[in-house]
Order: sequence, then structure tokens, then C-alpha cells
Amino acid sequence: MKAADEIIRMTDITKVYGVGEAETTVLKDIHLLVKKGDFLGITGRSGSGKSTLMHIIGLLDSPTSGSYILNGTDVSKLKEDEQAFQRNKEIGFVFQQFNLLPKLSALENVMLPALYAGISKNERAEKANMLLTMLGLENHIFKRPNQMSGGQQQRVAIARALINDPELILADEPTGNLDTKSGADVMKTLKRLNDEGKTIILITHEHDIAVQAKKLIQLEDGMLIHKGKWLTKT
Amino acid sequence: MNAEELFTLSLKAIWGNKMRSFLTTLGIIIGVFSIIVLISIGTGLQSYINKQIAAFGPNLIDVMPGNMNSIAGMAGSMTEKLTMQDAKNLKRKFINTAKVAPTIQQVANVRYKNTEDKNVFIIGTTAEYPLVAQNTKVKIGSFFTRGQEISKVVVIGPTVLKKLFNDKPALGKKIFIGNSTYSVIGVTDKIGSTFGIDMDNMVYIPIEVIRQQFGSTTIREIIIAANSKELVPIVRKQTKEILLKRLSEDEFSVETSESISSTVGNITGMLSVALGGIAAISLLVGGIGVANIMLVSVTERTKEIGIRKALGAKRRDILLQFLIEAVMISVTGGVVGIILGMVASIAIAIVLVSSVTLWSVLLAFCFSVAIGIIFGMAPAIRASKLSPIDALRYE
Repeated sequence: MKAADEIIRMTDITKVYGVGEAETTVLKDIHLLVKKGDFLGITGRSGSGKSTLMHIIGLLDSPTSGSYILNGTDVSKLKEDEQAFQRNKEIGFVFQQFNLLPKLSALENVMLPALYAGISKNERAEKANMLLTMLGLENHIFKRPNQMSGGQQQRVAIARALINDPELILADEPTGNLDTKSGADVMKTLKRLNDEGKTIILITHEHDIAVQAKKLIQLEDGMLIHKGKWLTKT
Repeated sequence: MNAEELFTLSLKAIWGNKMRSFLTTLGIIIGVFSIIVLISIGTGLQSYINKQIAAFGPNLIDVMPGNMNSIAGMAGSMTEKLTMQDAKNLKRKFINTAKVAPTIQQVANVRYKNTEDKNVFIIGTTAEYPLVAQNTKVKIGSFFTRGQEISKVVVIGPTVLKKLFNDKPALGKKIFIGNSTYSVIGVTDKIGSTFGIDMDNMVYIPIEVIRQQFGSTTIREIIIAANSKELVPIVRKQTKEILLKRLSEDEFSVETSESISSTVGNITGMLSVALGGIAAISLLVGGIGVANIMLVSVTERTKEIGIRKALGAKRRDILLQFLIEAVMISVTGGVVGIILGMVASIAIAIVLVSSVTLWSVLLAFCFSVAIGIIFGMAPAIRASKLSPIDALRYE
């Protein structure tokens, strides 16, 4: 536990899939330090290990080796349910596919992470309502995802990412399924959240989106490149 | 997640797939319905039979040829070992403790003038018969006395009276039984039917007369009525002792109302269990239906599970969500099945016999809860074990 202003400290993170001859190294010796309030863009071609890194940062997957400290807690060797707990508390997800539950209203979708955090129904609803209003969706609260545009759905997803007040927002290709205008809106929202103190990690393969981040790192063949220099210690 | 929220969640999922939920529930409804109805019929049958047996009187002891409790004895029931002499020996012994009436049974046509009643049950017995068979009461005239035991006299049942005399006075009239004439001296009161046999389509004639006319010498049954309930065990024991002097154990059996009811109870009990067992199989099939649908549901909702997990749902949350859904489906089926089963049992009771028992209702309910848990568990575990990444990628 070094400094209180660090949110992510990854050391020697490696991810290997398969065993024996089928063994594939997807991530090699990743070192990553993210400070609170950062807006970090991670880019890379498909197959560069971008998704795997996103899954590991997001506690959806565990590294094969290495250490990962998330907001002061060592999360490298957590069990599935402990990962779920940390994920719920520390990270807000924004996905390319929005990943809203089709049978629930916007409000119910936003309330979902708070449900698993054990927050009471009234409190949940109140907060979800506030977040949706803040994101300009006050007229769409009881609509289902299929009654909303892509841009609106993604804003519902952002509201959902915010409901448990996580310090870290993990956005995986958040503009990938949106038209230029909606995409720009989403980026504006993310910047605003960053201005308000949230740490944002943005994963994208689109150059013009990536450059909107304050810092940019690139993944290539499972290794991080930063400003033309290798970030791995060889 | 608290219980109320889990229930709401499951209810929404069930409601979201009305047709499928209904069909799945139907499997459970049919299973529970069958359990309730079949057990009700079994129980109803048992109490009906007990009532019929009780109608003969509580002090009854019945001696029959053969012994149903052994293989050799079953063959013995076909033999003709009980004789008039046995009846006389018993009568002498029980002069102060019981009444004894031997019977010979025969089927014959009965005729008055040109009216014929075919296949009437002829009972040849002694003057003690009305004292012994307490459900047989003479309404008009009288039963034959000891002095009439060699006379050609007959006591007729109300059905015979109706068929031959169209309910007009019959005392003193001559009727043909087979090819002998008998004079009517009495008419019995209505008994009704026992085990589907019309007990009123009978005639009673003296045993000596039936033996002469039909040439049969074997006694079908010796009915003994102890003078009090307390005497029943003693009389039963002494009856055995007396008969054993002349006969072997396999050649006769001595039953009391109680022992008959317990034998019948065993048979109907077994019947209830067998019927219930068949019904349980249909419930089992219903349960497999629940498991099947839940597995489909888990596959269909893989993406949903992935999203929920990514947002912080623990294994337990997902497990309970699916398990409660399965239990709700089967409990709903159980409750509906119980209600329909009870209604059907009450309806059946009007024409046949059936009585709903609390234990069958409880059994059916517990069974449906258990089915929900057992068959919902595997799909629920499967759902809870899905990896969030794989589930999120699922399209």
C-alpha cells in the first residue's frame, strides 16, 4: 500500500490461457499505475490483449500471476464472490453493448448494482432517479431499453455505473455502438465525471476517441507501450 | 438481497413467460391432483368397507372353510370340510355365550305364478339367523322358528317382494324355488347393497330343507354372534379349539369383525399406497419438466446472469433467484393441484366413495416443494457457476 492517491497498481501481471502446447500468453509482465482522478485511455488492435486487461482490471477475470492492488486492497487472488463484492463496490462498468436487462425499466436497471450492495429499495430508487435526471433522462425513467435510442441506453448504463459511488469507471468501447453525436455526448459525460473526481479508464480501438483521454497507453501483443517506450521490465 | 426482493424478481421472471410457466406448472398440477384424488379414493374405499363390516355387528365371529392366510388354506376354501355337525358342536358349547347360525348358499330362480326372479341368492340357515346377522330384520310376518326348521317355509327380501308380488301382501302365498314350493312367512326389512351385491334380492329357507332340495351338505359359513363384545376373543378361541378337534388348521378360518377390518384395511392401505405411488410418478415427471424448463431458462438468460454478475451479484444471489423461481412454479402447481384435487374428490364422493385426508394434502404440498428444490437445484447451480465473462459474451 504505497500512496493513498493510487487507485490501481499492477505489478508483473501475466495472463496465460490453455495448458501445454495450446498455451497462449495473452498478457506479459504488465505494470500499470493509475492515480485517482486519472483519465486513462488504453488502445490496441483486436487481439492485443485489450479485453483481457479490461477483464482483469474489472475483476471479471483473475491474472495467472502478478499482483494487483485496487484502491488499497490486494485483489490478485480473490475468490469469485469476493471479486463480485469488490467489483460492486469499487468499479462502475460501461459496456459497448450497453448490457441493460431488456425486461427492466431504465430505473430498475440503474438500481441493480445497489440491489446487490444491499441498499434499501427506497434509497435505491431515489438515487437512481437522481442519477437519471442528472443525465437528462428524467422523461425516460420507466421506459425499457428497447424504447430508447442507443445514446439514451448508454446514458442509463452510465447512471447504473454511478449508483454505488465507485471511484473507478471502466468504459469498454463505450462509443462503439453509437453514432458520432451520441458518442460525443457520452465522451462529454465521461469527461464531466472525471472533472468531478472519478477515475476513468477508457478502452477503445478508435484513435479519435482515445486521444480524448488525459493519458494514453497502447497494448501490443500483450505488452504495454507508452510514448514509444516499452513499459514492461525486461 | 432480502427474501421479498428475491420473490419479486422470480415472480417477474415467471410472469414474463406466462405460457411456458403455465405449462410447467400444469405438470405439477396434474401430479398433485392425482395424488390427492387417488389417495382420497383409497381412503374413501377403506372407510366404506369398514362401515359395511360394522353393519354386521361388532360381536360377529365368522367361520369359513379354508384359510386365506396360507397357500394350502386358499385351496382349502374350495374344499367342503365344514359340516352341520361342526355347527351343532359349536351351538352346544356356546349355549350361554353366543348364538350360532350355519349357512348354505345357493343361487336359484324364484317364481310366483308366471312371474320369475332369476338368480336369487338363497340362504339356507337356522332360526338363529336374525339374532346373528344383525342387519337382517323381519318387517312383515316372522322368521322361521326352530319348530319350522324342516318345513318348506321362506322369508323373502324386499327386492323379491317387489319383483314377484309388486309389493302387494305376500304372506301365505306359495312360491317356487327351483322346482319346490314354499310358503312365504315373512318379509325382511331393507338392507341395501354391500360391495355391490343387492342384499335385498335374497330369500331365507331352513338349512335342512335346502340340503334336501339341492343335495348340498357343505356349510359355506357359520356365523356366530357373541352375547357381548367382551366375549368375542374367548368365543373365537373356543371356536378354533372345537373345530381343530375334527379339522386341520388349513381347513377353516375364524375371523372377527375386527380381524376382517384389519385384513381389509391392509389391502386398501396397500391399494392407497399403490395408487399414491402411481400419482407420485406423474409428479416426478412434472418435476423433470420443471428442471427442463429451468435449464432452458438458464441458457436463455445467460446474458442476464452475466450482467448481474458483472454488476456484483454473488453466486448465492443467482442460485437463489433461479431456485426460488423453480420452487414458486412447483408450489403454485401444488396449491392449484390440491384445490382441484379436493374439489374432484368431493365430486367423486357424490357418486362413488372418496374422502380427502389432511395427510394427503400435506404430503402433496411437501412433495411439490421438494420437487421444486430438487429439480430446481441443478439448473440454479449451473446458473450460479457461469463465469461472468463467458456469460457476458453470450449472444
